[in-house]
Amino acid sequence: MSVSDPASPEKAAGAPRDWGGALSPVQADPIAATHRHTPSQPPPKLYEKRKAVHNKRIDGPFRRFKWLVMVITLGIYYITPWIRWDRGEYAPDQAVLVDLANRRFYMFDIEIWPHEFYFVAGLLIMAGIGLFLVTSAVGRAWCGYSCPQTVWTDLFQHVDRFIDGDRNARLRLDKAPWGPSKIARRAAKWSIYLVISLLTGGAWILYFADAPTLFADFFTLQAAPVAYATVGILTFTTFWLGGFMREQVCIYMCPWPRIQAAMLDEKSLIVTYKDWRGEPRGSVKKAAKHPDQFGDCVDCLQCVAVCPTGIDIREGQQIGCITCALCIDACDKVMKDIGRPRGLIDYATLEQCEAEAAGAPATPAWKALIRPRTFIYFGIWGAIGAALLFALGTRTRIDLTVSPDRNPPFMLMKDGAVRNAYTLRLRNMEGRPRDMELALIGLPKGSLMWTDRIRREDAAETQLLSVPADETRIVRAYVVVPEGAAADDFAFRLTSIDKTQEQDISPTTFASPGAQ
Amino acid sequence: MPEKTRIDEPTGTEFVGHEWDGIQELNTPLPRWWLWTFYATIAWAAVYVVLYPAWPMVERATDGVLGWSSRGDLAEELSAADMARRGTFEKIAATDITKLPADPELMGQAISGGAAAFKQHCVQCHGAGAAGYEQYGYPNLNDDDWIWGGELAEIEYTLIHGIRWDGSRQTRLAYMPAFDGIFEKAQIDGLISHVLSFTGKAQGSAVGAQLYSQNCAACHQPAGQGDPQQGAPALNDAIWLYGGEAADIRKQILYPRHGVMPGWSDKLDPVTIKMLAAYVHSRGGGETATERAGAGEEAREVAPAKKEGAIEEEVAAGPEGGRDERL
Repeated sequence: MSVSDPASPEKAAGAPRDWGGALSPVQADPIAATHRHTPSQPPPKLYEKRKAVHNKRIDGPFRRFKWLVMVITLGIYYITPWIRWDRGEYAPDQAVLVDLANRRFYMFDIEIWPHEFYFVAGLLIMAGIGLFLVTSAVGRAWCGYSCPQTVWTDLFQHVDRFIDGDRNARLRLDKAPWGPSKIARRAAKWSIYLVISLLTGGAWILYFADAPTLFADFFTLQAAPVAYATVGILTFTTFWLGGFMREQVCIYMCPWPRIQAAMLDEKSLIVTYKDWRGEPRGSVKKAAKHPDQFGDCVDCLQCVAVCPTGIDIREGQQIGCITCALCIDACDKVMKDIGRPRGLIDYATLEQCEAEAAGAPATPAWKALIRPRTFIYFGIWGAIGAALLFALGTRTRIDLTVSPDRNPPFMLMKDGAVRNAYTLRLRNMEGRPRDMELALIGLPKGSLMWTDRIRREDAAETQLLSVPADETRIVRAYVVVPEGAAADDFAFRLTSIDKTQEQDISPTTFASPGAQ
Repeated sequence: MPEKTRIDEPTGTEFVGHEWDGIQELNTPLPRWWLWTFYATIAWAAVYVVLYPAWPMVERATDGVLGWSSRGDLAEELSAADMARRGTFEKIAATDITKLPADPELMGQAISGGAAAFKQHCVQCHGAGAAGYEQYGYPNLNDDDWIWGGELAEIEYTLIHGIRWDGSRQTRLAYMPAFDGIFEKAQIDGLISHVLSFTGKAQGSAVGAQLYSQNCAACHQPAGQGDPQQGAPALNDAIWLYGGEAADIRKQILYPRHGVMPGWSDKLDPVTIKMLAAYVHSRGGGETATERAGAGEEAREVAPAKKEGAIEEEVAAGPEGGRDERL
């Protein structure tokens, strides 16, 4: 702690720790220390009111990249439910649809049944490892560009700028007393927030039902109550978290910064202030007079002004930094204006920083991507992806599960034959009705089968059944083995009677008296 | 009591006055949002106590001004469920049991209802899987041996009137006389051999055959095929209610046992009985009317069940079927 506190014994025990501090060598920086409490100042409040962040508009490669990501992610989010995909008459024609009522998940040509949920689990694992990969390679890029909280906060900050003007105007307006013009501006701004929030919540539900129908139903008050509840909740959370909580979500509520801090290492790209180059700070004029005494940082505070979470990157790595790199854009612009080289704030690894501080030439950032850790993550990530694709390519669209009756396990018939009953689940996972052949394999000659819908007189070794499109049909099947024949393990075989000839074989047992 | 309160210099906060291994705690005020939430929960609790049953008294809890009770909720739910089932019940009541199979959907509903009723009223004797209990003469309802006939109408009749049940005049009645002291031992041995010869379990016997045709064939038929009209069990099959070994048969000839089943017409409504019949019939052993006719017995005037081919006609659940419930 850099607090020059008198030797009070309570200091070590009870005083609040300063969590806003830094982890980098800049910590001992005298400038950073000026922000801290000294005995001459009144004691800091335990709970400080949040200071609104009014980030300044900036242009630059990273800002443009952020725009691009924002357009793409919001575009995907809002447009996807409206894409149509013809699956024939028995299945919905929405390209991406989470059909909870019928427990189906449609994604273009892929249809996932509940028992195939491992595909979704696989995607979630890929997302997890993908986060390891991205974080170990380029730090908190997810936070900076594609996290929904970031995207919507960014959107709302543009709304602020559009209604209230840029940073200085907004600061003035914040301080200004409430009057008609301020009320009008606030009302306008919050209305736009609300519309955006409503669109956000509204788009979400479209993934769960036929979008055009639901859209019409929603406005004619005919949609399900859960639809209105979902829209209500998402509208509120978007409005509140994106419009008002903003960086507080990242700093206080979100677990990722804590986890990601553990995932980073000294070879991960992060946004860093090159203090060995910037310090000590001094204005252009001072630096012109005493070129040896000052670093490149002119303390223009542009990096702080543009930061969407309101931090000072020059204090080093901190939880509030989402590595959106807008400070790099701001600093590069200033450096260009005053004719100094860019990159005072830049993407770099801690290792590169140390080398650079020791006098080595700057390394290109992309070189940080090439290292075993990233390749291992990428390998695992790719292997899971390949396995999922393989599973997807080889899966069958019919399925049979068999559960034998256990009460009673077998039944003696009049003619001395033994009968067992089975509950079969026949799945037709295609969007058309299919005829299927159910056959007994591995039972003695003369064994016969009939079902609850096929009369006993029509008992045979194979039966033809039809299964409706995209449904599971539950059939109670009776299998009878003639008197004296020994039967034990056997299997049901289900074959689709069409050009796919898909098959599923489900082994089971035949119970007989004395065989127990 | 702690000594005079001391103030922490840097923060201006009081200490709580305790010390643990040199560590002291500041008496930091609770966050306001927390405090207000806490007050809100207290207010909520007060409102709750007034509105809902809450305060335990000597015999029962206070009622609460809303008059809510979980029993009331249950009664409401039950009556709602009853209302929902009403249409189906009415339809089943209006349908003759022999016509039920013609409507697979209604038949399915009847079977489900029957399964529930079976668990309540029948499992005590016939077992949860309807497999009966041979030792005590409770017949297995899954097999294809029916002493009184296994068609839907016949099962329903048994359910209504019972077997050897005092409560109904139309109950199913059949008694086998006891032959104790009437035949010599050798005669009985021959009779048993003859009966066992129906299924090839023993060599026939001339004495037995003669005794059988004189004393047994009237009910059990010449070849031992039994007669459901009279409730005479078949003797030429593998299913024996009281055991099929020579000793069991001897016992049955000398001291016949007769099971009793109560009729259910005074306990269950006709719809439940119909549903029970449908369920028992569906257990895999139920006979169809046409089957009987084909077996050479006298054809009964029962509408034939819906003819089902090798590929059944499906109740095609089109895209609209069940898809309305989507969000």
